[in-house]
Amino acid sequence: MKKIHYREWGIESPRYWGLLAVLAAILAVSGLAALYMEHEGHWVTGMNNQIVWGIPHVFAIFLIVSASGALNVAALGSVFGKHIYKSLGRLSGLLAMALLVGGLLVLVLDLGQPTRLIVAMTKYNFKSIFAWNIYLYVGFLAIVAVYLYTMMERKAQGFYKPMGLLAFVWRLILTTGTGSIFGFIVARQGYDVAIMAPMFIIMSFAYGLAIYILVLMYTFKADGRELGDKLLFRLKNLLGIFVAAVFYFVLAYHLTKLYGTKNHEFEAFILRDGGIYTTLFWVGWVLLGLLVPMGIVFHPALGKSRGGIIAASLLVILGGLVSMYVIVIGGQAFPLPMFPDKVIIEAGFFDGVNGAPLHYAPSLPEFLLGIGGIAVALTATFIAVRMLKFLPASLADDVVDPHHG
Amino acid sequence: MSDKIDQNRRNFVSTAGKAAAATVVAPGVLLHTLASAEPRAEAVTSKVRYGLLIDTTKCADGCSDCVSGCEKENGLDLIKKPEGADDYEWERQRPRWIRTVKVKDRLTGHVSQLPMMCQHCEYPPCQDVCPTGASFRRADGIVMVDRHLCIGCRYCMMACPYKARSFIHEEIEQKPTIAPRGKGCVESCNLCVHRRDNGGTTTACQDACKHGAILFGDLNDPNSEIAQAMREHNNTQLRADLKLNTGVRYRGI
Repeated sequence: MKKIHYREWGIESPRYWGLLAVLAAILAVSGLAALYMEHEGHWVTGMNNQIVWGIPHVFAIFLIVSASGALNVAALGSVFGKHIYKSLGRLSGLLAMALLVGGLLVLVLDLGQPTRLIVAMTKYNFKSIFAWNIYLYVGFLAIVAVYLYTMMERKAQGFYKPMGLLAFVWRLILTTGTGSIFGFIVARQGYDVAIMAPMFIIMSFAYGLAIYILVLMYTFKADGRELGDKLLFRLKNLLGIFVAAVFYFVLAYHLTKLYGTKNHEFEAFILRDGGIYTTLFWVGWVLLGLLVPMGIVFHPALGKSRGGIIAASLLVILGGLVSMYVIVIGGQAFPLPMFPDKVIIEAGFFDGVNGAPLHYAPSLPEFLLGIGGIAVALTATFIAVRMLKFLPASLADDVVDPHHG
Repeated sequence: MSDKIDQNRRNFVSTAGKAAAATVVAPGVLLHTLASAEPRAEAVTSKVRYGLLIDTTKCADGCSDCVSGCEKENGLDLIKKPEGADDYEWERQRPRWIRTVKVKDRLTGHVSQLPMMCQHCEYPPCQDVCPTGASFRRADGIVMVDRHLCIGCRYCMMACPYKARSFIHEEIEQKPTIAPRGKGCVESCNLCVHRRDNGGTTTACQDACKHGAILFGDLNDPNSEIAQAMREHNNTQLRADLKLNTGVRYRGI
């Protein structure tokens, strides 16, 4: 393996500033949407007292989960000693931080009292996984920052491996915490299962890697760097394996739920009768988000084409957002089993009369806020790769030699 | 001469100082005296556990007096639909502390109506999940929200098995002093906690129910009406499988 050189992102200035201008415009619109919702109150959103977490949470959780997943590429190089991935570590750490900041911003701006963030930072209830997550998120940012420093500063190289291990373990705990937000909810039938934590971890592997592949391909293509097939094909094969693993977890989750009679109605809702949620589950998540990308990356011709890899990665991201919609919104839309032996035939607060799902119609400002989170992550990434040496000068096949991996 | 002036000056300053101190301190002393006469001056104790017994056999079909009683007492009726809000959406966004639910047994077809509110669990899931400790349970069993600590994350609403909580979706113009509320916080039935702190012995829903279906009291006092009624008649908790040991119990379902 040749020595890897890193270089700042060198795309022409007009193109770079144009890109930032587009992102700034998105951020401005997103900021206005957040301000509007904050000023008016949540009545301008589709969220209500039945479906309390909406589109902002879909985007925020997707970004937070992807953030920890984006760090895996670095872990492959440091923790698992695969030298071929070592050169990808810097971008991996950067994306992990950027995605997390984007996700957290969305989450915070959706709070009923965003200005009370200081309360959340100073008053803790340690039985709450949310409170733990505040530590896990802040700790993640600090650890990955130091980890990046050990990658980029020769003098700190001695700490590269231990920091890599710490960051990897921390990210596993972090995603466990994110999955447990749902796993610990005993009240709702869609949640309340331990599998939520490992399922979120495996989802993070897939979603984070899909984003990583796209950012890597775009940044390299944009300033004419070479990205050889050897490395790219390894990444896409890994993506295929991660997606297959998500599929396995989805199967295990639903088979477990299907086995117990008490959950039959919930399963019938998600898998058969849930309207938009059923369609999104089968078409958006299973077909487009899992089966098609798996088919593409392992297809002898499509899997070896750049277009095929881009399409597969985009589908994994789309499927990822849909998976969050099914889990977060679908899990709330199914009525709470308040009277397990009875049917609610009338209710003064929309409690799921005759099993009817609870109503949620997402609004535009919610989507704008969520998209703003993605824009924050991309803006931070593009500025950082322009200013500092995050990207290898070349990842051509003769530069990265997999036989050493 | 100058000594005399100094003395006058001193007397004046001293008198003015005393007057100012009296003006500032006196109302405080007065308030303190008044306050110490109120039950709220005593610390809330776990010797009592407040709760409700709801007799669904008395809950009359189509009646929602408890709902209006609660809304009037706690100022929920003062909340107006925001201008431009859609009726369909607004009905789902407006807060409710209590609502009526009619249920039918899947096997027998037996129908009963009952009021649903915060069940005041001994082990409240809302308290467990709240990141800041805003959701809390008083020593006397009342589960409520500290509005100064609530950041509006709604995790408690995700965790509540009874869908008992409401988020304030809009700017509030009018609010009663006994139930201050603001946009962006979560709230729910607090067993008319202001009445507890002022020595009251009933809740608004109980007072409003002309059928006598709602009984409030101290579950820990073996001589209280509620404790005696609960001992005499079989009653159930909603979602007893969760083992939350609710303070609200139901007869006849």
